Amino acid sequence: MKKSSANPMGLRFFGFNKVLPYLKNYKKPLIGLILGCLVGSAVDIGVPLFQRYALNHFIGGGTLDTIVPFVLLYALLIGGSALVSYFALYLSMRIEVGVNKELRNAAFRHLQTLSFSYFNQNSVGYIHARIMSDTERIGQMMSWTLLDSTFQLTYIIGAVVVMFSIDAHLALYVVAVLPLAILFFSIFQRMLTKANREIREINSEITGDFNEGITGARTIKTLVIEDTMQQAFVKDTSRMYGKSVRAARLRGAFAVTMNFASSLALAVVLWKGGLIAKTQIGTFSMFMSYAQGLMEPIRWIVDAISDLITTQVNIERLMKLLSTEPDVKDTDAVIALYGDSFTPRTENWEPIRGDITFENVTFQYPDGDEKILEHFDLQIPFGTNLAIVGETGAGKSTLANLICRFYEPTEGRVLIDGRDARERSQLWLHSAIGYVLQTPHLFSGTLRENLLYGNPNATDADIDRALELVSAKGVVEKLENGLDTDVGEGGDMLSTGEKQLISFARAILADPKILVLDEATASVDTITEQKIQSAIDTIIRGRTSIVIAHRLSTVRDADVILVVKDGRIVEQGRHEALMKAKGVYYRLYTRQYEDEATSSVLG
Amino acid sequence: METKKTKAEKAYNRTLLWRFLRGSKLFFVISMIAAAIAALADLVTPQIVRVAVDNALGGKEANLPAFAMRMVERAGGFRYLGEHIWIFALAILAVAAVKVIAQYAFRVYNTKGAEKLTKTMRDALFGHIEHLPYAWHAKHRTGDIIQRCTSDIQTFKGFISEQLTSIFRIVILLALSIGFMLSMNWKLTLIALIPVPYIILRSLYFHRRIGSAFLACDENEGKLSAMAQENLTGVRVVRAFGREKYERDRFETQNEYYTSLWMKLARPMSQFWSVGDVLSGLQILLIVVFGSVLCIRGEMTAGEYIAFLSYGGIMIWPIRMLGRIIAEMSKAGVSMGRIAYIMKAEEEREQGKALKAPMDGDICFDHVSFRYDGGREVLQDVCCTIPAGTTLGILGGTGSGKSTLMLLLDKLYDLPEGGGRITIGGTDIRDIETAHLRRNIGMVLQEPYLFSRTIAENIAITDGDMSRERIRDAARAACLDDTVQSFAKGYDTFVGERGVTLSGGQKQRAAIARTLTQNTPILIFDDSLSAVDTETDAKIRAALEARFGSASIILISHRITTLSKADQIIVLDRGRIVEQGTHETLKNAGGVYQQICQIQSASNEEVSA
Repeated sequence: MKKSSANPMGLRFFGFNKVLPYLKNYKKPLIGLILGCLVGSAVDIGVPLFQRYALNHFIGGGTLDTIVPFVLLYALLIGGSALVSYFALYLSMRIEVGVNKELRNAAFRHLQTLSFSYFNQNSVGYIHARIMSDTERIGQMMSWTLLDSTFQLTYIIGAVVVMFSIDAHLALYVVAVLPLAILFFSIFQRMLTKANREIREINSEITGDFNEGITGARTIKTLVIEDTMQQAFVKDTSRMYGKSVRAARLRGAFAVTMNFASSLALAVVLWKGGLIAKTQIGTFSMFMSYAQGLMEPIRWIVDAISDLITTQVNIERLMKLLSTEPDVKDTDAVIALYGDSFTPRTENWEPIRGDITFENVTFQYPDGDEKILEHFDLQIPFGTNLAIVGETGAGKSTLANLICRFYEPTEGRVLIDGRDARERSQLWLHSAIGYVLQTPHLFSGTLRENLLYGNPNATDADIDRALELVSAKGVVEKLENGLDTDVGEGGDMLSTGEKQLISFARAILADPKILVLDEATASVDTITEQKIQSAIDTIIRGRTSIVIAHRLSTVRDADVILVVKDGRIVEQGRHEALMKAKGVYYRLYTRQYEDEATSSVLG
Repeated sequence: METKKTKAEKAYNRTLLWRFLRGSKLFFVISMIAAAIAALADLVTPQIVRVAVDNALGGKEANLPAFAMRMVERAGGFRYLGEHIWIFALAILAVAAVKVIAQYAFRVYNTKGAEKLTKTMRDALFGHIEHLPYAWHAKHRTGDIIQRCTSDIQTFKGFISEQLTSIFRIVILLALSIGFMLSMNWKLTLIALIPVPYIILRSLYFHRRIGSAFLACDENEGKLSAMAQENLTGVRVVRAFGREKYERDRFETQNEYYTSLWMKLARPMSQFWSVGDVLSGLQILLIVVFGSVLCIRGEMTAGEYIAFLSYGGIMIWPIRMLGRIIAEMSKAGVSMGRIAYIMKAEEEREQGKALKAPMDGDICFDHVSFRYDGGREVLQDVCCTIPAGTTLGILGGTGSGKSTLMLLLDKLYDLPEGGGRITIGGTDIRDIETAHLRRNIGMVLQEPYLFSRTIAENIAITDGDMSRERIRDAARAACLDDTVQSFAKGYDTFVGERGVTLSGGQKQRAAIARTLTQNTPILIFDDSLSAVDTETDAKIRAALEARFGSASIILISHRITTLSKADQIIVLDRGRIVEQGTHETLKNAGGVYQQICQIQSASNEEVSA
């Protein structure tokens, strides 16, 4: 992470100002929490005063005359303190999980509007950490860190005030120990943070080693490098040992300083205040309590400050996500008429025909430095089957991305039914598009939930018909609970071929006018292969289809074939014409033909 | 959760535990001694204050053990000390010094023990896993094994270094403070201890009960996290189907539910802690009230009273923690079992004589038949001889058994008795030392595995001291040198580093280069040129020809151009050799090979259907 001195996010006071808007539902609990902390620490400050009274009055005076009110008052204090701590804990938890919830919802909601360029530039792991862990850290800060620091700070101030009011001279000696302690704690804190980071890094390296040693087992064995790998591993665990012990020494030294500071305070009280004990044993005892009790709160506050500093990074990252503007955005006028992604105004939606036109389109990916399309024109009237072919990584999905308006042209226009796609809302377009991915993506949940993803209003009869059309009924019948079977995370309970068929059925249920299909290259068994083949034939019928094709039959029957090489369209036309031209398509086709034929002969 | 463990299993776990504790036991013992010293020092301080208050300042008759009295007398007697109270302050600092040194030693030695234990466990597991047979690896899921190697180790370490040591410390602290308290006043001691058993049991019970609620929270957090993950990985599907609203609602519902689970916990948790506060407060109140009474009755001194209060304060947290620690200890047994599961698996062993036989002889598959555990026969009666220095080409579809044959030759699976023989130079490979065998067979897989190191380190993985010249030489033969030179960091490019992802073909070539550095007399290419274009394929084969003329080579491929140069070709179908010969004899033999030849030679002709 680059360290910027500028503060581009406008974070102030550890980033509190940026989090504030998400706290508006928690104003009362927050005020309650702070009040609770104030009262709680006041009570804690009061306890030594009671002890002072007991020593001075009962023991020093040799009388028990006020014992009943004393006990009652003391018990009241304990009870009151418990009540306050109950509310403080409860409110703190409530604020923590509440702020978590609000921030997570905000982040998730915002992500649903962000453009594909964002998802291409940031890894899933990175974004996921923003939603899950940053929010958690911030929630903790707004509750526990706040609770601790308010409580402890009040305690320190209160205790110092009480000491000064009772014996300013002795109090001065005790307080003199404090700055030294604060200085030491801060230095240690910084060193510890660094040490802990190093340990976390080595730890993840070790997990990486395990991962490599297990997933690479076959290679390791064939190369006979088991011992080499183990030596490298032992080197890492030794490093881990060294760093951990070093960190323990630091932590130990930290505790030593703290405890010693506390004993020093005690010794000071004994040394300078010893004579008080002769007359006022209670005051003496009270001073000892405060002297010892001050160190712990100071440590807490130092901890809290370092928490605040680290959490600032979390706030920064989360706020960066929340302030990212989508590249593809509906204009206000469009939203006013068609609604946005969460509150569509379907009553204003025109029905879609399914004509697509590329008009003088020039396109360059926002994070790319090369123009993929230049002044590109193409008519795709309703019902056209368009096939896009080319080597892997040649940029075949660009056209599909533009048609789906996942990206917008740098220049020129994409027209849907004769009107610029930007004149209507994204959701309007998307609800008319079906999309089948190369690696079918199913969600965890039941099979039915996955199918309904295409169309939430589909009846069982609709589902049945869709499954029938793509010959996927067998997949469902095989399952114990039929449609209500849980397919597991990412649909992992199903085989790749089965997932493929289900994703076809899902697309059919949406009954889209425009279908985008990225054919799978993964090998499946012959029977499934045939099923998939015929399913593709079925679902592209009666729609405008854009197929990123890997299968010869799909390509051969297409109305238009676009051949893509190195990110550019190099050939365009029907199968026969392209074969005659003996260019890129010809070579691709024959190679593909060989591979397919060879595999089918070998079985 | 709790499974009935057999005696043998328990005994095994115990042996394993002692094995893991080797090297860390002493550290733990030292740390425990240090902890006891620290506890003692902690508890002596109130005694010093007591003596200062009662005897030196208060002028009361002292009731001290003989050695302490001698110390006082040597220091000048109580009267002198009362006038020079700083001596007590010094004594407190001296005891504090002992205490902090002991605490420091405890921390350091406890960490040493814990980390040594972790290291021993990790090293043992890693080494063991590396030496487990390939069949074991094929059977187990990576994620599960890694979990056992990371979080289970962590849990178990925590059990030994945190939970067990905490219990020991708390018990010592309690025992010592009770001892000190008894030495001062047994009545007040009993009174002060009244709430203790209740506090411990209450905490134990609470944490046992709340455990399942925490588990439910964790599970639902997992669900929420998975939901976010799926939304991100499936962002294309979400957008293309226009289901943003549905996704948002689903996420918010789960988020709300997860939050409500925590909120349900908030009440009992806050209650538990605040009632705990009350109990601790009452414990102190008991000391204050009854202490005062006893003082007034003259059964106790003011100094003793102050000391009692200190002990009460010192005891509060340990007592409150004890129940929780005991409640959480049960997890460790489960983790130990999960670790033991891996350690119990048997490592690869030599079946036969472990000879270092010469490896440059003929390779002979002699009636080889094989099936995986309980499966159907993947290889049936395969017979084939590869004379030394010649090339065998294998053509076969998925499930034909071609890769299994290679796994058997490299002893990644053991050929069972009765499954025929594989010999090299006439020696049964069962009698050849496994490491020796594998070192002499260079095998390149279709989807090669590269390690997260630099390209140079990957190529030189079998020999860390390999010269850069030798590395480049191998890379040149694998047609990789030019590509690598075009990278900004050249051979020092980290594989998998951001921005530098090697293509499938580049990975294959890197793996070939890695194999070539070993100069093995036997080379296997298991479909390992599939992602390389035809020209590069030819170049690599020519380079192999020139450098490894004397090696025996096995080539598995679908490409006739690749296979045609082989001295001998076999066609495998469902575990059987269905055709065998040379390109010349097979191309007109009327079988599968001929068919494929025709298909692939048609590339230059019209193929429109």
